[in-house]
Amino acid sequence: MDAYALLIAATLNAGTVLAIASLGLLINEKAGIVNLGAEGMMLCAAIAGFAAVVHTGSDVAGFMAGIAAGAVMAAIFGVLVIWLNTNQYATGLALSLFGAGFSAFAGVSYVQEKMPERPSFAIPGLADIPFVGPALFKHHPMVYLTVLFAVGLVWFLYRTRAGLILRSVGESPESAHALGYPVRGIRLAAVVCGGALCGLAGAYISVVYTPLWVEGMVAGKGWIALALTTFATWRPARVLLGAYLFGGVTMLQFHLQGIGVDVPSQFLTMLPYVATIVVLALISRNPRWIRINMPASIGKPFYPCA
Amino acid sequence: MANARLKLEARPQPSKAWGYGSPVLALLVTVVIGLVLFMALGKDPVRGLLVFFWEPLKSGYALGELVVKATPLLVIALGLAVCFRSNVWNIGAEGQYIIGAVAASGVALLAEKTTGGWIVVPVVLAGIAGGMVWAGLTAFLRDKFNANEILVSLMLVYVAVQVLGYLVYGPWKDPLGYNFPQTKTFEAATRIPRLFDGSRVSIGVVLALLGVVGVWIFLFRTRAGFAQQVGGLAPAASRYAGFSSRKALWTALLVSGGMAGLAGALEVAGPIGQLTPYVPAGYGFAAIIVAYVGRLHPVGMVFSALLMSMFYIGGELAQSRLGLPKSLTGVFQGLLLFSLLACDTLVNYRLKWVSSPGAKK
Repeated sequence: MDAYALLIAATLNAGTVLAIASLGLLINEKAGIVNLGAEGMMLCAAIAGFAAVVHTGSDVAGFMAGIAAGAVMAAIFGVLVIWLNTNQYATGLALSLFGAGFSAFAGVSYVQEKMPERPSFAIPGLADIPFVGPALFKHHPMVYLTVLFAVGLVWFLYRTRAGLILRSVGESPESAHALGYPVRGIRLAAVVCGGALCGLAGAYISVVYTPLWVEGMVAGKGWIALALTTFATWRPARVLLGAYLFGGVTMLQFHLQGIGVDVPSQFLTMLPYVATIVVLALISRNPRWIRINMPASIGKPFYPCA
Repeated sequence: MANARLKLEARPQPSKAWGYGSPVLALLVTVVIGLVLFMALGKDPVRGLLVFFWEPLKSGYALGELVVKATPLLVIALGLAVCFRSNVWNIGAEGQYIIGAVAASGVALLAEKTTGGWIVVPVVLAGIAGGMVWAGLTAFLRDKFNANEILVSLMLVYVAVQVLGYLVYGPWKDPLGYNFPQTKTFEAATRIPRLFDGSRVSIGVVLALLGVVGVWIFLFRTRAGFAQQVGGLAPAASRYAGFSSRKALWTALLVSGGMAGLAGALEVAGPIGQLTPYVPAGYGFAAIIVAYVGRLHPVGMVFSALLMSMFYIGGELAQSRLGLPKSLTGVFQGLLLFSLLACDTLVNYRLKWVSSPGAKK
């Protein structure tokens, strides 16, 4: 029983990483920009966050450092893509390649570092309930904040004027421009938000999820987060569910290894990647379904005529 | 002049001069950032520069090593150029390279002491086939399931790494290898023949240069290559002309997968000589940069592959001579692609000072 409580807890924890990043990417995709640099931003944020915690001992400082790293990188990407009209895919890829190199370079001296001891979290009262307590109520506050954020994002996108404007920029930048909205500024803001959240997710990985720094430790979570927005047909609530589902797949391998399933560990490590491919294929099978749900201007440059 | 600002103005025609100039400018920008980085790290910037751009050129042996590393980069980039020109985003060349190396190793391990030199041919062909199968998976999922090829090809890189890991930690592990995760050293007969004594340069270089000619002819002198590029530039026009987009997708992925697999075979049966977990060296990703910096042109990519190889060697030298981490290579590679994309703006736009005080936007 306790093993399953731990599996649920680990699933929520792993899902939180994917959810934060994927909700961020959702924001910039809603504005029409795909940022393939998620993996690179998360890597740089992971080392920035880890270094900040090593030096200050404060989780919050780590998260702030991660957010800053992600936001700065996304801003550079945004300026290139939005003002210089560079290809979104190529530029995002450049960001990922740069991020992988730069994080490895910057992190060399932190490979052996340990973080200062920090308190563990538990919600008083609820955490003592058998099974449910260890499964649901002993998490880092970020796990609960992520759920709140997803709810807030649904409200923002579908219930506020600003959310409507953001979506209109993604659906038809020409119309939004004609109505007088600063399409480029809005897109940049969305891209920076996406980068900041990817940064937060990256910092969460190195500060809470696996509190250490290893080169390439994000291990494709940025790419899975990108795939998640498609799985979820660009709906925040589905992104959250999908993130927990994939968190579960990631954690299943450790659970299976724990109970001694006789499969080479490499095949278990493959699971989340294979699952991503399979789910992506199943969801994308109906091109109409994707077309209806996808922000119409996604990936396309926009040139405002003066 | 308070309101003077730079404005981008679309050129009526893309500038040819900037087409050539932009990679050079991008390299300059990267070098300048590199100098600043060296200074920030408290290293002599001139020495840093020499390590990256002079040491790899200064002796016959060094030049040989430059060519050895440039070969797989060029071979992979040639295939990627066909892909990118067709607007097919295969970014999983690293995975196709790994599976090519695995397939080539499978054949090489069958060789015995008495096996003749002919074994090299099936080794190389197995590598090509391995890469094609791996890229074919992406093509199949895109074709039949409309799955995004960027994400699928990239996810398959992670899967390929695990396949490689399973084999070298499991069934293919050398029983006499002190439990190291690697296969036995391949028989000498499987070794890709070398061009000269005393240098590690193999006939892989000849294959790469033949590839340059082959891809040039395919892209610019055949109907199939033309159809491929029209599909990339103007899908609607391509449909109207009756070119099959499915055929273009499969061609692009099979060609690039085959080339990446070939590079894997040449590496594993060449300089490496056995299958180890260190076969993936990021060539598949670096080749993306090679392809772009070389303007997706076969001849241009010869130069960019040499440049990228210089970055690899420079990174290793920076580690041994300057005590800097080897990952500096990745930093410079990423910076180069970034600056190139920014500089490419000058191909389609010109910078103009606008000083009219009332002008907006």
